[in-house]
Amino acid sequence: MTIATADTLVRVRALRFAFGPRTIYDGIDLDIARGKVTAILGPSGTGKTTLLRLIGGQWKPDAGSIEFDGIDVHQQSRNALFALRKRMGLLFQSGALLTDLTVFENVAFPLREHTRLPESMIRDLVFMKLEAVGLRGAANLFPEQISGGMARRVALARAIALEPDMVMYDEPFTGQDPISMGVLIRLIRGLNQALGLTSVIVSHDVVEVLSISDYAYVVSGGKVLDHGTPEAIRASKSPLVQQFLNGEADGPVAFHYKSAKTYADDLMAARA
Amino acid sequence: MSFLSPLTDSLRGLGRASLFLLTIIATIPGAFLRPRLIVQQLYSVGVLSLIIIVISGSFIGMVLALQGYRTLVNFGAASSLGVLVALSIVRELGPVVTALLFAGRAGSALAAEIGLMKATDQLSGMEMMAVDPIKRVIAPRFIAGLIAMPLLASIFSMMAIGVAGGHAIGVELLGVDDGSYWSQINQAMHGRDIADMLIKATVFGLAISWIAVYQGYHAAPTSEGVSRATTSTVVVSSLAILALDFVLTAFMFH
Amino acid sequence: MQSRSLELLVGFFVSLGIAAVFVLTFRVASLDSVGDSGSSYKITAKFENTGSLSRGASVKMSGVRIGRVRDIGIDPETFQAVVTMEIDGARNNIPNDSSLKILTAGLLGEQYVGVEAGGDPEPLKDGSEVLFTQSALVLENLIGQFLTSFTQKEPAAAKDAPKADAADPAAAPAAAP
Repeated sequence: MTIATADTLVRVRALRFAFGPRTIYDGIDLDIARGKVTAILGPSGTGKTTLLRLIGGQWKPDAGSIEFDGIDVHQQSRNALFALRKRMGLLFQSGALLTDLTVFENVAFPLREHTRLPESMIRDLVFMKLEAVGLRGAANLFPEQISGGMARRVALARAIALEPDMVMYDEPFTGQDPISMGVLIRLIRGLNQALGLTSVIVSHDVVEVLSISDYAYVVSGGKVLDHGTPEAIRASKSPLVQQFLNGEADGPVAFHYKSAKTYADDLMAARA
Repeated sequence: MSFLSPLTDSLRGLGRASLFLLTIIATIPGAFLRPRLIVQQLYSVGVLSLIIIVISGSFIGMVLALQGYRTLVNFGAASSLGVLVALSIVRELGPVVTALLFAGRAGSALAAEIGLMKATDQLSGMEMMAVDPIKRVIAPRFIAGLIAMPLLASIFSMMAIGVAGGHAIGVELLGVDDGSYWSQINQAMHGRDIADMLIKATVFGLAISWIAVYQGYHAAPTSEGVSRATTSTVVVSSLAILALDFVLTAFMFH
Repeated sequence: MQSRSLELLVGFFVSLGIAAVFVLTFRVASLDSVGDSGSSYKITAKFENTGSLSRGASVKMSGVRIGRVRDIGIDPETFQAVVTMEIDGARNNIPNDSSLKILTAGLLGEQYVGVEAGGDPEPLKDGSEVLFTQSALVLENLIGQFLTSFTQKEPAAAKDAPKADAADPAAAPAAAP
């Protein structure tokens, strides 16, 4: 087992993972630097969310290892894994707020579950976190009463309630209008700087993500295509990376989904 | 081999459900440390089922009294109406009808709620917050179902036999003597019958809660999956109730 | 505030349920003592046969319930059934020489103990034993008795038959006009 160096928080080595016959990851290596914003970019359907669930220990890889701060996530007992998870926050695409609790109670949830703090201190902590995401005024609303962007901000407040070392963002910008996207970008960057939070952003919104990240990986077809600083990625020679960055409809990733038969065969089959 | 796959599939499902039950049971002692969560669930499975139970109990008691009277009066045994109503209710209809209503009212809601929590990543979000969803979400609901069923069955039986049900029709409408209504019931029924009813209701409560939380927890995380989980909760619970009722009755008749 | 009303409703629900269990056990099933007065006393009686008399059955006097059967056992010496009854404390003047019968309510009803008052000024007390008893009618015995008496009478009936025939012609003209 390799010892993680001081500036690497998460170390992924030779990771393989498959959903039945479909291979999601075919041996990838990733390093996530402590205190930095790392982006993982890739087209839809390349299993970026899967990677976050693997890091969080919700799913087990078929081969390879994932270390968090030098601890192999998948070799831990249930209790040790839970202890490890308190050190990482995961921001789901949907926010995953508990619908039967108010915004306040949602943020208080991890505090109530994991600490024996007095009510007054929980109150202070929750309002501090809500203030940080600018939603102190929405404390008494229920999740169905707030917009999707606000729900993500509440989820962010909840994710940082236990002051974790790392927050993972799953597609934080998808389906957001430019204003809430701007708010989220500012928040991610701001929290990273203010709290020294390690951030992992999984996304296909290339421009926004590259604008705030320190380092980026481009993943497709179960492999890491390229990695480096945002500038290096933009200048990548890989045609696939270029197609992805520029949003071209056809290229190495074909416009047409793979078909066993030719177009002509399919048309003729209908006549027969 | 492929013709065996329905068999192996259902065996696997049964195995998974049994392991799930064991996991829940293992978390039950811990769940009692947080009675608030159980009280909340008692509200949604118990209090919210109260109206349907009270109304159905009354009507079933009334119908039973009408039907029973028509038959008994031919034998000149109309004064035994109370016995007929009370024994049918306490031994059979009370626990069974309550359980069927409970499966439709509370079981389906339970499955839908848990299924939706799964579909909207709430369960997995909890797991990522290092909170065990079985302990936090499933166990309190399971326990509440287990507690609520015998209470609801007792309320149902009381309504069906008592003032609003069989008694209203038998005594007020058909003119059976009030004293003989109660004294005949008193003679024919024993504490044992009540205990059997409570046992039946608890077993049904266990079955319904188990099926509902299992269906919800293992639902496909889509709207279709949730609706399928809800439907199969009602169907499977109803069949399980009737089958279990047969087994329990056979045991209690010895 | 919201959670307080929730707790209140749940408390209401649980107490209603428990009340229902108690109502069913004490009002409906036969675990309660006899009267509202609360006090009661016990008497015993020996029967040759108790039929289908069961614990909890009524003890009635002139059709009015005055108590219930507490226990049915066997006397180890005489092998008679010993029935212990609990009588309402308000009925404390039942004559000592009263008799007990095991009767059936209606054709298909439950069996109960009927009390027929005697004339002794001394009343029954707690622990008294009633000496005059009549057992339950057991249908099989009744049919058996009927059959034996029928077969015993048959020869006599056969002897009577010609006589009846002879009497008929005499009776017929008398009836005819």
